[in-house]
Amino acid sequence: MVPTPLVAASHQRPLVSGDRVFSVIAYGAAALIMLIAVIFIIALFIPALPAITKFGLGFFTSRTWDPVRNQFGALTAIYGTLVTSAIALLIAFPIGLGAALFLAEDARLSLVRGPLSFLIELLAGIPSVVIGLWAFFILTPLMRDKVDPFLQHTVGFLALFKGTPTGYGFLTAGLVLAIMVLPIMIALSRDVIRAVPRELREASLALGATNAETIWSVILPYARVGITGAVLLSLGRALGETIAVTMVIGNTMQISASLFASGYTLPSVIANEFTEATGNVYLGSLFYLGVVLVLITIVVNVLARLLIWRFSGSARASA
Amino acid sequence: MAVNGRMTAWTTMQTEVAPPPVPEPNIEIKLDARKVNFFYGDFQALHDASLSVQARKITALIGPSGCGKTTFLRMFNRMYDLVPGTRATGEVLIDGHNVLSPETDVINLRRQVGMLFQRANPFPKSIFDNVAYGPHMLGWSKQRINEVVEESLKDTGLWNEVKDRLRRSALNLSGGQQQRLCLARALAVKPEVVLMDEPASALDPIATLRIEELMQELKERYTIVIVTHNMQQAARASDFTAFMLMNQKRAGEVIEFGPTDDIFNRPKDSRTEDYITGRFG
Amino acid sequence: MSLPFVRILLDRVVGALVVLCVMVAAIPVLVLFLFVIIKGLPGILTPGFFTQSPHPQGVPGGGVLNAIIGTLEIVGIGSLLAVPVGVLIGIFLSEYGRNQVGDTVRFISDVLTGLPSIAFGIFGYSVVVLTTHHFSALSASIALAVLMLPVILRATETALLLVPNALREAGLALGAPRWRVTLEIVVPAALGGIVTGALLAMARAAGETAPLLFTAFGNDIVQTNPLQPMGALALTVFRNALVPYPNLQDQAWAAALLLVILVAATNILARVYVRRIQR
Repeated sequence: MVPTPLVAASHQRPLVSGDRVFSVIAYGAAALIMLIAVIFIIALFIPALPAITKFGLGFFTSRTWDPVRNQFGALTAIYGTLVTSAIALLIAFPIGLGAALFLAEDARLSLVRGPLSFLIELLAGIPSVVIGLWAFFILTPLMRDKVDPFLQHTVGFLALFKGTPTGYGFLTAGLVLAIMVLPIMIALSRDVIRAVPRELREASLALGATNAETIWSVILPYARVGITGAVLLSLGRALGETIAVTMVIGNTMQISASLFASGYTLPSVIANEFTEATGNVYLGSLFYLGVVLVLITIVVNVLARLLIWRFSGSARASA
Repeated sequence: MAVNGRMTAWTTMQTEVAPPPVPEPNIEIKLDARKVNFFYGDFQALHDASLSVQARKITALIGPSGCGKTTFLRMFNRMYDLVPGTRATGEVLIDGHNVLSPETDVINLRRQVGMLFQRANPFPKSIFDNVAYGPHMLGWSKQRINEVVEESLKDTGLWNEVKDRLRRSALNLSGGQQQRLCLARALAVKPEVVLMDEPASALDPIATLRIEELMQELKERYTIVIVTHNMQQAARASDFTAFMLMNQKRAGEVIEFGPTDDIFNRPKDSRTEDYITGRFG
Repeated sequence: MSLPFVRILLDRVVGALVVLCVMVAAIPVLVLFLFVIIKGLPGILTPGFFTQSPHPQGVPGGGVLNAIIGTLEIVGIGSLLAVPVGVLIGIFLSEYGRNQVGDTVRFISDVLTGLPSIAFGIFGYSVVVLTTHHFSALSASIALAVLMLPVILRATETALLLVPNALREAGLALGAPRWRVTLEIVVPAALGGIVTGALLAMARAAGETAPLLFTAFGNDIVQTNPLQPMGALALTVFRNALVPYPNLQDQAWAAALLLVILVAATNILARVYVRRIQR
């Protein structure tokens, strides 16, 4: 048998090796996603230009949304987005954290822990339109007839709870968002809490601290950065959620102190008015809203990821 | 003494290697490493390591862990190419050509220099496909592939154990069988040299013995270099032994090289003797 | 040696609160499933639900055949676009991506993951609808493909990184070039994870509504031409919920149940496939 030469003669060597071709293809795929990102930005900005040039930064401070006179401002939609997201976090944060503490380390009811985890993961997979449907037909009447009147009776002296409850509006939308961000909040916080070194926990318990004291003085301080990241990622999800909110927020361009009032959010304005928009400025204003929404969510998400990275970095370093 | 010891090692190599230790009619040096240095970034892992491997013999590399024997072995088929930031100087000659040269066709080199790893690493494919992978890649005919698979499995004593389940997953085999399958896979591309990196370290004594028996059968056709930390294994199974050790800067050096019988019974270097007799390492 | 009463009490209260939280979090899911099943089942069992197109508003009967075909076709074309590219980028990240280029790709992928789904709709509208001047299933497929991309590529990267290096070394030591080792050994070994990632991405895409609103737009007749407006289950749920006709609202519930079954089935398929591969 003739041994293959260790140095292929130059005329035998293929001009382009398979490895070369393959790495070019792989790098090409990497370039493609960068290209998509660039196109994404252009696709959002170019159609928004008529509105950006016309309204400039005044867009952010104007409450006008008048398709007839072609005057548009984002303040109302931004307000609605922030209020509903804030309500969502106020509800989802404590509940999510509590549930995460239970799922991460509670020794009690260990038999139900698996199914509960599964159930909550399931919630993450339910299409938002299905949650919206449920909220539209089941939750809004419940809010109108039971929850809102109850709030009015007990804390109705606050401006937040004045006005006639219709079931639609900021409070209901915030509640729906809370349900939708709970899976993220729970899953991320659970992972963060699990990353707290066992020795720290055991050291605290060995010193005679109760479970509650250990949670308060060891686990939460240690996991604080990571939990903040989880909250921010939940916020990112809440800010951009479209369909379910559109179905219960009432879709009215107004700013109201009352949480019972109807309102609008950035994504729901886009969802509702996009196909009706006539003229470059109207459509451009919707694109402008899109640009604002995308920028806000990017900032929130990048911040969240930095925090989570920092946390997992520090967890690794001290492990 | 230390300096002296090193001098001894050096002279040993000069005198032991160049004129063959046991005069035989057909001495053929298959693989000749000359003053090889190897760096991971700034860290030097090998220092002036030299070794002359005779064709159709078994050469063992022994020494305490971290002494660079695996690094040394992996230079012979350029597996270190996979690690970024590595650099090698010196020469590793196979059939007169320097393997370390950038001109080397690494693909062809690895077809000539097969390798068996510390842990059996069969592909998650069928037994047949594992052995056929190399030949298939070389574009051999179906018939030739079938022949070579059977031949390689027979060479490794697996044929009778697996011939009825060639299409079953290789992952269902026992550890020893998996390692022999990996050997069959390496032999299927008809290498001339087979490198073995502690091939039995994860196996039980019976499977280990089986591998050692195989090595004896295979050395009639192949040149084998084996890294082992098991001195008994080196003493039992090899014809030549190189003893390696870290120097003060933690770079591996070849301390002594010669016929296995000499290394184990008449070591020339006191450090070799210390290691052999279990005083350190 | 007993703890002060207050400390014990506090511990119990916190323990109870934690259990309460998990219950509160789990209840909506149960309630949701209950309602979707109870209210959706009659509609699904109605004759014609799977075989007819919607009837005009106010006319009883009709089905969602248009939407079923639409969802399958839109997600199908989207997957055809996203899966090969996503897998390839995943291969790039795991085999070539330990560098700045790889980090950039990971960053872009993370940003895309965090974008609101309606942003993908705007993207599809701007890139396809504005240039072709009409709504089309293809524009929805493209929007969904970009939405699926980060899920697929991250799943692929993770699955490939789990393949032991020993397998790569074994292939290379046989003299196989790197590209063949990657395609013939590493990728098949990671197939379970890759397929799971692709299926999960498809499940997510099938449930999305916002990216379809002004791309696929919706269509009450059965349409298979991807260059035309097309219906989809998610659009049926959204639009029918908001009209005041009970039979259409029932259809919305039924379509929602069908959507949940579709998404759940895809998820289960992914898990089963992984089990089968792992054996």
